Amino acid sequence: MTVGLFIPCYVDQFYPSAAKATLELLQKLGVDVVYPLNQTCCGQPMANSGFEYLSQDCNDLFIKNFSSFDYIVGPSASCILHIKEHLHADKNEEQATNIRTKVYELVEFLTDVLKIEKLDAVFPHKVGLHHSCHGLRGLHLSQMSELNAPPFSKPQHLLNMVSGLEQIKLDRLDECCGFGGAFCVSEEAVSVKMGKDRVKDHTKNGAEYITSSDLSCLMHLEGILHRNKSSVKIIHIAEILNATR
Amino acid sequence: MTTREKILQATLNNQPAASALPDISVFKGEDKDLVQKYMTVFKTIGGNCFLVDDVAGIQSLITQNYDATRRIVTTVAELSDKFELISNEADPHSYENIEVAIIKAHFSVAENGAVWLTEEVMGQRIIPYICQHLAVIVQADTIVPTLHEAYEKIGAGEYGFGAFIGGPSKTADIEQALVLGAHGPLTMTVFIMK
Amino acid sequence: MSQTKTKDHAAMARAFIKDEERVDWHDGALWYIREKRDLAAKQIPEWEQLRETASMIKNNVISNLHDYLLQFEANLTKNGVVVHWADSAEEHNEIVYSILKAKEINQMVKSKSMLTEECHLNEYLEERGIEVINSDLGEYIQQIDQEPPSHIVLPCIHKRKEEIGELFHEHLGTEKGLSDPTLLTRVARKHLRNIFLTRRGALTGVNFAVAETGEYVVCTNEGNADMGAHLSEVQIASMGLEKIIPQKKHLGIFLRLLARSATGQPITIYSSHYKKPRKGQEMHLILVDAGRTRQLGRPDFRDSLKCIKCGGCMNTCPVYRKSGGLSYQNTISGPIGAILAPNLDMKKHADLPYASTLCGSCSNVCPVKINIHEQLYKWRQEIVKEGYAPTTKTLGMKTMAWTLSSPEKLSTAGKAGRWFLHNVPFVVNNKLNPWYRQRDMPEGPKESFAEWFTKNSVKK
Repeated sequence: MTVGLFIPCYVDQFYPSAAKATLELLQKLGVDVVYPLNQTCCGQPMANSGFEYLSQDCNDLFIKNFSSFDYIVGPSASCILHIKEHLHADKNEEQATNIRTKVYELVEFLTDVLKIEKLDAVFPHKVGLHHSCHGLRGLHLSQMSELNAPPFSKPQHLLNMVSGLEQIKLDRLDECCGFGGAFCVSEEAVSVKMGKDRVKDHTKNGAEYITSSDLSCLMHLEGILHRNKSSVKIIHIAEILNATR
Repeated sequence: MTTREKILQATLNNQPAASALPDISVFKGEDKDLVQKYMTVFKTIGGNCFLVDDVAGIQSLITQNYDATRRIVTTVAELSDKFELISNEADPHSYENIEVAIIKAHFSVAENGAVWLTEEVMGQRIIPYICQHLAVIVQADTIVPTLHEAYEKIGAGEYGFGAFIGGPSKTADIEQALVLGAHGPLTMTVFIMK
Repeated sequence: MSQTKTKDHAAMARAFIKDEERVDWHDGALWYIREKRDLAAKQIPEWEQLRETASMIKNNVISNLHDYLLQFEANLTKNGVVVHWADSAEEHNEIVYSILKAKEINQMVKSKSMLTEECHLNEYLEERGIEVINSDLGEYIQQIDQEPPSHIVLPCIHKRKEEIGELFHEHLGTEKGLSDPTLLTRVARKHLRNIFLTRRGALTGVNFAVAETGEYVVCTNEGNADMGAHLSEVQIASMGLEKIIPQKKHLGIFLRLLARSATGQPITIYSSHYKKPRKGQEMHLILVDAGRTRQLGRPDFRDSLKCIKCGGCMNTCPVYRKSGGLSYQNTISGPIGAILAPNLDMKKHADLPYASTLCGSCSNVCPVKINIHEQLYKWRQEIVKEGYAPTTKTLGMKTMAWTLSSPEKLSTAGKAGRWFLHNVPFVVNNKLNPWYRQRDMPEGPKESFAEWFTKNSVKK
């Protein structure tokens, strides 16, 4: 099984440690990982702003980079969802469709494809899990609080395998953090207020770390934490799952 | 082209391909402990509820619980020697000052506490809304589990006006603070006749 | 009828958020309702099946609307109700005016109807010498404050009780400083009771209109619609075309969903089924299009017509909770408003589909399963296509798309890291980038993952 590692543009630039953790974790679990170097972006920034028609070049590049792999895995629920829902190509729609069915966010790849049941990770800290909306309601990584349906949570299932880790309980289980792509600047006031309120939920319930499968949410929350000189840190879930003593 | 024709034409042009109606006969409530369920729900929504044996029991509860010097009206023939019978001929405005209205419901619904009333049992459409206190008699064996059974029971139901009423009128428009007695009755009491 | 707005949603929201204590209260009050909704939904094991069924019934309605309208009209006529058709808000208002005029009525009481708000009926009638009083307490409060409702179910949810006390002091002569909700409600009850008793004309909205029988159902908690209607000589109901349901038994589905989704109640206190006029009374019903058939013709957006106006999407929407309904500047605010409004005036409401993080919670609470967040995404594409996106934004997006289209272009755009510092989060570089106003950017690492990987794989 060969996995193409998709590292979204901003993760590459700002959070290389999360990308490294993803790579190492997959390798540790015996996966043959290939990282195509010519990656840029999934095209979501344009599409979510209403400019989907401008994202064709990004789509074509993505197809060129990734069509040959058995699976494509990335540590970002939002970018993965975008590919899953919106990757199209006039010239080779067949390849695009194929990619859309084999692209996985890291957590769901671990639980659904590798079906891992144990990890030797150690992370002796209090951790708050932030569900990114695209991971939750888009990729169904966990049950959505609005539905009358049995609960489950793939990220929680994985975090439960990490020794020493204590998950804190939140007042609002899966509320949006307010990042929202371009929303975070076009609606700055609302975005920041939403972010502040999410941060408060985590800090008041004792989190030392806020984790998620989406770094875009975490970048936004980190920006608020940092500005307010909080000691609470953000960490991508791959880094926790890959942590050793 | 009249407006009517114009709208109908636009509707016809723009509506999508026909999509079938789902079968809703699968929805059924559980026909168990309905009196108990009804009473629990009705109390949670701010109503009062009594189990009574007969009309005499209702009469005494009414006189105990309300100011009998005020105007009390009813459509229930058995109560007419004690309380004023509602006339369906009178001007509805003339009921402006009624304190209590006593009405017999066709049935009630366990899952939501509502009673089903039509204008014949109301006497006048305005009665259950304009009274300060509403008292409704429900026959225990007429309680249905959910609204699905309720509509089955109503069937074609020839009425000019009918209503489900589930509790005293209420509002929470000011700061979400619940206040019973908005424009309609301040209280609603249901007498369940065994 | 494109009007320009001086402030967009973001600016209105910024102003609302300045009063953080109020925002926290507003957010908490609406979240509490969302929690009550969750509790109510979870008490019904077949909840999700009910939603699916309601959605299917509504799909059937919008796909057979033409026939259902004819059937409904025929039954109304048979029942003795006078049917009117209105193509636009103006035509609707003219019809109401002519009905009242014929009976020489110059005072009317009106229960909650978002449609008449949308049509600006009150202003229209007042200009012609007819006084209208809104009888729903929240709408009454908004009316005396000369503000539109900020929420379709809870019209004055953005107001604090002290502000309402002040309004009552000014308009109803209550003691200054009185702000107790129960006492204020009692004052309104007394005042409005006199209104009900003296108004010969009453207008109500419609929650559900049954094609099979010609009856229509009005749901309230306060009893105000009925107080007005049953004391009136002339009763008018205004409804959008989409309010039709096929059969009476379908009410069982919708009434089980409506109040639970709206407030967590098992049913509204009053679900009144109006079928025939009272003896000596006139009953009129106005079927209003006002853009609905246009929306019906938009395949991506016609599902918005399935809405039963429960307000559940507003209560769950974090953007709505933090920004307040008035920031949407449309009668229907919140997520559902943001997908309905662009159909009415795309240019004016071009900001609304962007007033969302696309979190998707709205679609999950929607009792008729409207894919609200997907429609928000689609409206964005539509707005850009129609040329309603600001020029600077379009240019910025084009530059970004070009830069990101290949790694070579990205590197010629400057050293990658620098480009990202200025362009993430996805806006054109600008010293006033709003990101920094209340947030920091991550400290740039020494090397990107790609750089690390290249070095490392060479080493190996």
